[in-house]
Amino acid sequence: MDVRHINPFIVSIKDVFSTMAGVEVQVLKPKMKTDDSETVGVSGVIGLSGDAAGACLLCFPTDVACKLASAFSGEEMSENHPDFADAIGELANMIAGGAKSNFDGLAVTISLPSVVVGDPHEIVVTGVPSDTPRLIIPCQTEMGQFHVEVAMVVEKWAGQHQTSAADAAGAT
Amino acid sequence: MKIMLVDDSRTIRNIQKKVLVQLGFKDIVEAADGVEALAAYKESRPDLMLIDWNMPNMDGITLVKTIRQTDKTIQMIMCTTESEKSRVVEALKAGVNNYMVKPFTAEMLSEKIDQTLSQLGITAS
Repeated sequence: MDVRHINPFIVSIKDVFSTMAGVEVQVLKPKMKTDDSETVGVSGVIGLSGDAAGACLLCFPTDVACKLASAFSGEEMSENHPDFADAIGELANMIAGGAKSNFDGLAVTISLPSVVVGDPHEIVVTGVPSDTPRLIIPCQTEMGQFHVEVAMVVEKWAGQHQTSAADAAGAT
Repeated sequence: MKIMLVDDSRTIRNIQKKVLVQLGFKDIVEAADGVEALAAYKESRPDLMLIDWNMPNMDGITLVKTIRQTDKTIQMIMCTTESEKSRVVEALKAGVNNYMVKPFTAEMLSEKIDQTLSQLGITAS
């Protein structure tokens, strides 16, 4: 994963929440996922295929997911609302879709969204080597924190100077 | 004026419907994928369709191509996260009249509908 493929996710996260939910997102410094990473209650999952393979995960504590889904849909949503999962899935879809459209030189296809609700849970990304780094993009909003995880392997590389996700996150 | 919203996300359809109602449109039908939309199209013959690209069962581009084979007059707007130039060109070649990228504001949607309907000599708002 190249550092130049991280910025499209950051831009897309800000754009989607600002435009569709009227929520401004402050993106904090990306970091590599570790075993003790944040507890997750709700995840929207989008698979990536084509010139890059992997997944983009939109991960929330449940209370934050409910607040942001409500802001997006324009109606009060709890995790039991019939359209709650749909709203989370669509947010993930727009973030991944916006990001992949700005991958320089890569033709990437996104899957239909899947949503996992259950506190806590862990998402396993298949289709990429098990040691593929997972980058966490922490996000702060007035409604609480959430994060976006990206595990991505570029299958076709058109650039000259690849930088790893670990370098981008400042990991050692 | 009958409008059909085709998107597998009910949340998106609800957002679009709110904008359309505010613009004064009352005759709105919905479909959650291309197969459902094709059946509803044959039943209700809408004047304008807003169509998502990525959907289960039948995607939006297949739906557009199928309808365009027999209907040269219906107005179709692709409303999708797919924003690459190649995708826009593909959709226009398939027969859409306009293209809108998600995420979108109510103003953006209103403008796209105005642009599209003005080709028919109709003003939305």
